[in-house]
Amino acid sequence: MDADTDIGGPLHKFPVTNHSAIIAARSDDQHVRRRAFDTILASYWKPAYKYIRLKWQAGNEDAKDLTQGFFANAFEKNYFVSYDPQKASFQTFLRTCLDGFVANERKAGRRLKRGGDMDHYQLDFVSAEAELASHSAESTLSPEDYFHREWVRWMFTLAVDALRRRCEETGRMVHFQLFERYDLRDDGNVSYASLAKEFGLDTATVNNYLAAVRREFRKIVLEKLREITATDEEFRTEARSLLGVIL
Amino acid sequence: MTSEMWLSDDKLNHLRTIVGDPDFSSTKYTFVKELARGGMGTVYLAEDRELNRLVAIKVLNTTEVTDDLRNRMIREAQIIARLEHPGIVPVHDVGTLPDGRVFYAMKFVRGSRLDEYTARNASLKDRLRKFQAACDAVAFAHAHGVIHRDLKPQNIMIGSFGEVLVLDWGVAKILPEPDPPWSAVPWHRFGQSGGKPPHSKEWSNTSAGTVVGTRHYMSPEQARGEIDQLDERADVYSLGAVLHFLLKDQPKVSKAAKAISLKARANAKEERYSSASELSADIGRLLDAEPVSAYRENALEKVSRWVSKNRFLILLVLAYLLMRIFLAFTSRR
Repeated sequence: MDADTDIGGPLHKFPVTNHSAIIAARSDDQHVRRRAFDTILASYWKPAYKYIRLKWQAGNEDAKDLTQGFFANAFEKNYFVSYDPQKASFQTFLRTCLDGFVANERKAGRRLKRGGDMDHYQLDFVSAEAELASHSAESTLSPEDYFHREWVRWMFTLAVDALRRRCEETGRMVHFQLFERYDLRDDGNVSYASLAKEFGLDTATVNNYLAAVRREFRKIVLEKLREITATDEEFRTEARSLLGVIL
Repeated sequence: MTSEMWLSDDKLNHLRTIVGDPDFSSTKYTFVKELARGGMGTVYLAEDRELNRLVAIKVLNTTEVTDDLRNRMIREAQIIARLEHPGIVPVHDVGTLPDGRVFYAMKFVRGSRLDEYTARNASLKDRLRKFQAACDAVAFAHAHGVIHRDLKPQNIMIGSFGEVLVLDWGVAKILPEPDPPWSAVPWHRFGQSGGKPPHSKEWSNTSAGTVVGTRHYMSPEQARGEIDQLDERADVYSLGAVLHFLLKDQPKVSKAAKAISLKARANAKEERYSSASELSADIGRLLDAEPVSAYRENALEKVSRWVSKNRFLILLVLAYLLMRIFLAFTSRR
């Protein structure tokens, strides 16, 4: 392994990032906190649900209630105020909180049926359950690694959804369709030339459209990541694991 | 919060790759492939469409380009652009990608890194010659007030024709000088206030206490983060560590060669060579079988070295003497 250049040392500091829902979740302003919480919920509910199903061997209904209950409790009791980015990533912190919550609920023998603030969320447990059924967890992954992998998958899924919406809003659906055909489908026979023929474009235009839409996609992924990390250091670490690149 | 889409592991990896790759669409370059990753940036192979040639492009690995990081990257380009030497990779261009990442394009060097090169059984003499060439390039930089601070086998390239190039000046330190020649890089592109580059003292972005470099090749003062104390001898230490790397798997290393390596790597910088050119000179003497400054020979070693150096002459004299003896013997009969 190569010896990598270090840039660090005792005075190396990482400033708090802007646009972070993790930071906003500590706000005294109820509305700011609510919006931040929505972002965190959107980013984590599905990996959390699958994790509960896998690690805690919870049934379908039980896992739904535990997932809803966990996020409801987190908001009501302001769990995220105690998050310290110096100690762990937010993802690790949230997973640890989740374990603690489920363990406590199990210990108390409670059958959760939470509502309150979480009632208006339409979490798509049906699709999560379908994914669990058709893509069972690999036995080689620890529950923690499984949680991380599902989080990465979910982040990219959300980014693709956001990209689709953005392309719709800006009248660039052809861009998205090219992206969908070339980058999202498991079809090894697709080439720029075949897409050009299919969409009635020339190859250079396909190239330009794909470059533009990929640029947009990258931007969205990084925006999403920025929202759910608290410091630049955490942002870079998560980017490394999410994108496989050093940021 | 619904999504019907399922991203397979293969698709996830594909998306990760396309998100990670740089977007050169607004430049005159076309992405070809990734070449290497380092602590600060990633180096890509790209094609310069205007000049129809391959270039190596280093991209800073963050879209969060603070002034500090931007200055560091620009500084690297400026430093290299100032150092016009056959042993230092020339910079062609500097710019910013649409996502905010700073890049610079430099000559694409075909060849191997020094560690890869030596792994292919390079002889001791060849290693020493390559090492001396690297010392000369570093000495040139020192003469222009630049300390590399990250010398290691991975940052030394051996080109296809045996040429030696020192790479990656990203953490270099510029020694104070009265009026540096800044004109080499079109750096007004970066929108700095006033359109003037900051003075070296102002834009040095490593403060005391910050550790920069690579642990195995870093001088003790550098490892302690004593940035203000660093001078050419920090690079001399790193070169000594590179020399140690080159010698360690060789079966027959002379005491003089070991002494040079030890002197270059002395803990106290006062005990090291005062410059890379002094180190290079000692390597030159070693290659010429001359006495080196780092090692005091005894009489036997002096004779041995003299014999080794003049082996051909000695053989010639011996042959001549034998011939004379033979002729004297045959003429007597």
